Amino acid sequence: MTPALELAVARQIGEFQLDVALRVESGMSVLFGPSGAGKSLTLALIAGLIRPDAGTIAINGQVVTDCARRTYVTTQERRIGMVFQDGLLLPHRSALDNVALAVRQASGRRARRALARSWLERVGAEGFADRPPGSLSGGQRQRVALARGLAGDPALVLLDEPLSALDSAVRRELRTLIRGVIISSGVPAVLVTHDAEEAEELGDVIIAYNHGRVTGTRIVERTVCSEPPPGAPQSNGPV
Amino acid sequence: MKREHNTARALDRKQKAAVISVVVLAGFGLGFGAAHLLAGYIAYWDIVSGPFLLSLRVTFAAGLIAGATGVASGYVLAKARFPGRDVLETIGSLPIILPPTVVGYYLLEVLSPGTAAGGFLTRVTGHVFVYNASGCIIAAAVAAYPFCLRAARTAIEGVDPLLEQAARTMGLPNWRVALLVTLPLARRGIAAGLTIGFARALGEYGATLMVGGDINGKTRTMSLAVLDSFTTPERDTMLLILVLMAIIAMTGVGLLGRSRA
Repeated sequence: MTPALELAVARQIGEFQLDVALRVESGMSVLFGPSGAGKSLTLALIAGLIRPDAGTIAINGQVVTDCARRTYVTTQERRIGMVFQDGLLLPHRSALDNVALAVRQASGRRARRALARSWLERVGAEGFADRPPGSLSGGQRQRVALARGLAGDPALVLLDEPLSALDSAVRRELRTLIRGVIISSGVPAVLVTHDAEEAEELGDVIIAYNHGRVTGTRIVERTVCSEPPPGAPQSNGPV
Repeated sequence: MKREHNTARALDRKQKAAVISVVVLAGFGLGFGAAHLLAGYIAYWDIVSGPFLLSLRVTFAAGLIAGATGVASGYVLAKARFPGRDVLETIGSLPIILPPTVVGYYLLEVLSPGTAAGGFLTRVTGHVFVYNASGCIIAAAVAAYPFCLRAARTAIEGVDPLLEQAARTMGLPNWRVALLVTLPLARRGIAAGLTIGFARALGEYGATLMVGGDINGKTRTMSLAVLDSFTTPERDTMLLILVLMAIIAMTGVGLLGRSRA
């Protein structure tokens, strides 16, 4: 089976040296480790926002970076969705527009907006579709960011500490939502966190990072009951 | 008691009558004065209307040209990484630094059919760019360009690059990132630069004088008409032009203020 992500890259930034090799299958893989371990840098390399000094990256079997052959597929052509720590929603566009702009698979404004609206419904954000991001709470913004990350029919979703800026109650609620929506969508995901509880709750596989190296990989044992029902975010309402 | 009351009412009537008389007289006085002034200005309208309408045409066209080229080159200078970027911006800013007559001299060297460059330009385009409205537009656009360029570059550099990165992860090609993210987020700074650019185009006279030639009825803009009125007894003409320019400037500033709100 073709892995969702396969990479072996090296990148030096000042004194810091990242040198990692990963293989990610379906489900949710969590890059876990302390701040400054190189987790977010790995996501930026996967997304093509930064180029590695050496190595290769393949998403869904397609080589998107190969330093030896000077192959660098642009970020736009990598078919990834990305959820950032503070959402990074476009402040001059409504929540719905933010999601609709990410829809690649539908042609026509009406079709894109309909698809975007259905994604907002899936994350429990349909109630504030027409509001600008500046008027939303942190939890609401991350719901919209999650919808935006998934709306473009990506081959891989990258989540860069999506819950770290939220308070603990909202964080707990969004953990359930994120795992439920991503597992039901069937899109492989890589999530970065430095929170051990979050890693355990969200990950199918936990990849431990330290000082720019992978220090271990562990498969999380899950009972069938603890799995959220497919397609149904377990949320009581907008956060 | 009743008598006192009647006296008070009589006084009140007298006061009202006095106030009404004063208001009516003042109204007549003001109306007469305004009519007199208006009649005087209408007499000058023929002299003023040509420069006024030409200035509007020149300002609009030059502002559009300077705005489009200034924003485009400001974007390139803000985003592209190549050696000599700052040198290019300095060259683009020369019209601010150099005296307008020097800018006019350079423009004549480039545009005049008598020079090598101007002759080539005239042969290629089949159009002469000096001593006509085209020359005025080019001179005003060159004067306005640096303000648009510098404001656009600063505003575009101020846009959070993480938002542009986020837009790229959404699959938006770079030109759509520029149109949908960068420029809308930089709009206030760009609008401020465009306003100053339009104002500079409206007020341009040094280079316009050299390239346009101050031909009455053909290339005499409002700024040139003000200059000319100093050498003639038509100082009232100048006053009316100054009022018109002030109204245009205030309207522009008011529109900018509304767009910022």
